[in-house]
Amino acid sequence: MSMDRRQFLKITGVSTILGIGAVAGVNGLSRSPVEASQVEPSPDALKAKRWGFVIDMSKFRTDDDFTRVRHACHSIHNVPDIDNPKVEIKWIWKDTYEHTFPGQESKYMAEEMKDKPFMVLCNHCDNPPCVRVCPTKATFKRSDGIVMMDMHRCIGCRFCMAACPFGARSFNFGDPRPFIKEPNPEFPTRTKGVVEKCTFCYERLAKGLNPACVDASQGGIVFGDLEDPKSEVRRLISKHYTIRRKLELGTEPSVYYIIGGNENA
Amino acid sequence: MLEKALSGGKGYWAWIFLLLAIIGTGFACYLMQFNYGLGITGMSRDVSWGFYIAQFTFLVGVAASAVMMVIPYYLHDYKTFGRVVILGEFLAIASVIMCMLFIFCDMGQPTRVMNVILHPTPNSVMFWDMLVLSGYLALNLVIGWTTLGADRKELPPPSWVKPFIYLSVPWAVSIHTVTAFLYAGLPGRHLWLTAIMAARFLSSAFAAGPALLILLAMIVRKVSKFDPGKEAIQSLAKIVTYAMCVNVFFLLLEVFTAFYSKIPGEMAPIKYLFVGLEGHTRLVPFMRTASVLAIGGIALLVYPNTRKNESILPFSLIAVFIACWIDKGMGLVVGGFVPNPFERVVEYSPTVPELLITLGVYGIGALALTILYKVAVSVREETEAGDIQEGWHGSGH
Amino acid sequence: MYDSGKIITGLLVFVAIVSFPFVYSRGTNIVKPEPKIDTPVIQQMAVKQCVQPRAFMRAEHMQLLNDWRDSVVRDGNRVYVGFGGKQYNMSLQNTCMHCHSNKKEFCDSCHNFMSVKPYCWDCHIAPKENKS
Repeated sequence: MSMDRRQFLKITGVSTILGIGAVAGVNGLSRSPVEASQVEPSPDALKAKRWGFVIDMSKFRTDDDFTRVRHACHSIHNVPDIDNPKVEIKWIWKDTYEHTFPGQESKYMAEEMKDKPFMVLCNHCDNPPCVRVCPTKATFKRSDGIVMMDMHRCIGCRFCMAACPFGARSFNFGDPRPFIKEPNPEFPTRTKGVVEKCTFCYERLAKGLNPACVDASQGGIVFGDLEDPKSEVRRLISKHYTIRRKLELGTEPSVYYIIGGNENA
Repeated sequence: MLEKALSGGKGYWAWIFLLLAIIGTGFACYLMQFNYGLGITGMSRDVSWGFYIAQFTFLVGVAASAVMMVIPYYLHDYKTFGRVVILGEFLAIASVIMCMLFIFCDMGQPTRVMNVILHPTPNSVMFWDMLVLSGYLALNLVIGWTTLGADRKELPPPSWVKPFIYLSVPWAVSIHTVTAFLYAGLPGRHLWLTAIMAARFLSSAFAAGPALLILLAMIVRKVSKFDPGKEAIQSLAKIVTYAMCVNVFFLLLEVFTAFYSKIPGEMAPIKYLFVGLEGHTRLVPFMRTASVLAIGGIALLVYPNTRKNESILPFSLIAVFIACWIDKGMGLVVGGFVPNPFERVVEYSPTVPELLITLGVYGIGALALTILYKVAVSVREETEAGDIQEGWHGSGH
Repeated sequence: MYDSGKIITGLLVFVAIVSFPFVYSRGTNIVKPEPKIDTPVIQQMAVKQCVQPRAFMRAEHMQLLNDWRDSVVRDGNRVYVGFGGKQYNMSLQNTCMHCHSNKKEFCDSCHNFMSVKPYCWDCHIAPKENKS
């Protein structure tokens, strides 16, 4: 049998592709070791159709009220404490009314109101732009409304940061570990090059615990099922005048703010 | 045909080694970035895309602009572009390669790049961008290589390549439209949330791309015996003129909408770019330079005497090219992030390693372009020499 | 054959490069790694049983961990019904490493031998090991 160079290359090329294809096919078909019947949700998990927060700003009076909540969240989630606002990482933090609700401030508003601090975090939007743009489904919306991050899958393209109109997302511009003073051994850290944000304490809900910020807020932050008319959050929303951030964009934030009024029955 | 790139004069090899040195420097900086993370760049949580994505966006336009030669030549049988169309297709290849490299350089977790294919997500524009860019690269490789190969044998291109050529026309438009959609569908980024984003992208692409191509053709004419022809250059210059006028017109439409409606969010990024916002003016000198260059370039191009004068033409083209590069690169990307979602101004400027990595990617693009052009020019020189010494062509196949 | 000299030299160089690792490591004493399971937690167990039999774990633990990860992070299902119907909390840090608190002698001994570098520990915190 004789063949010229061109034929030889063709045959080797095709057989290589077939070989690789066959191996890939067999690997793809191989069953995963964990069967669907082998996994189940934890029995103690708190469940909802759509989780949401109501933040009563009248309960946040002192600096300590803010730092306590922030510390509770950041310490259990191993959020690094980076002292550079350009590359810092934050899951929950405070900002003034003027900057939290841009366009809602008015010229003659009292300075105290403009500068009044608000607790800011991921809004867990019902219609999240970050989820829409993510090219790998690394950020996705769970059936209970939580906008989750799968840090294993994130490729660090930062499309979600451009898409989020709330500045809720932080990127690990370097290894976060040197900036975590006392790591919580029960929770992972993140690695360089991934985006992170508040995850509504999904790991605590699974154990039947409240989100950490709720517990630390001493009643300032209430969480519950927005789709359950009898829930505490719904009761608060129907009883008080509440505002949400940038409603005009249609993302439907799940975080409601009660601004003033000292009564919170 | 690739072997043609392996023979060249002293100047050719000096140029190749210069490019390799630039690429090497860029690669060393990239290793630094790979080890440390994107913190070695000037990007921040507020301006989360920077110089890399700016170059990516601009170069998609340069790649798409090959269509400005493909349409007249293949669809309207405009023979004048017969020599220049291959240069356009090869420029597209080099540009798409650079686009992909810039995306790769911008990734926080580059080793996970295959996740985009392993977990395909059709609702993400980035997924589609990956598809159309790799498709466009493949199309131009197939078309360019086949037509050049046929040329070498002095045969018309095989008929099976025709459908691919026709497909490349809408495909070129698609790569830039999809790239515009990366920006134009994001709520809360006022500069980007505009329906004419894709149209603006295409107009600036059809100005900057052919402008670069003419400049390259002039260089090719200087360093080789291959002459794309005076008429082809003039036709392309007209395309640049019209496209640049439309590009500036579109920008003025944006300015009108923002400043007549007086919606603060619409005005803020434009103010930031051209006059500064809350005392932050880092981009103002660049945007003003771009404005001056755009107006000057258009003036020199619109006036026939200066357009036809080939010693003035390069300067007008350089002016147009730089104006587009500033406006559609840094201006567009950084302007979209300023002010940030909290209406604060956080500024951005690239760091030295970031610039060197960028330069390295341009080096890779220039190397790819040099090799492709060397092949194209050698083939053309060969066939033209063959035309003179009758019956002699196609040695050693 | 044209250029036979060049081709044969090329082939020889290729063979030399490919066979280098084998030639290089010839005669070196290769010790098969023995991952240790003598941690305090495991020693106290009446039946020393992982979530699945040993052979399965040895061959499939990486795939199992992958599936655990997706189940917990993406589907919110955290309970794994393992060997003999026993239930476990699917967690690398809190379940696996609770028993296998000797990462160096357990995970690393094999991984280093096989020269695999799983990036689990870029994020997941390895247990504090008693210095011995």
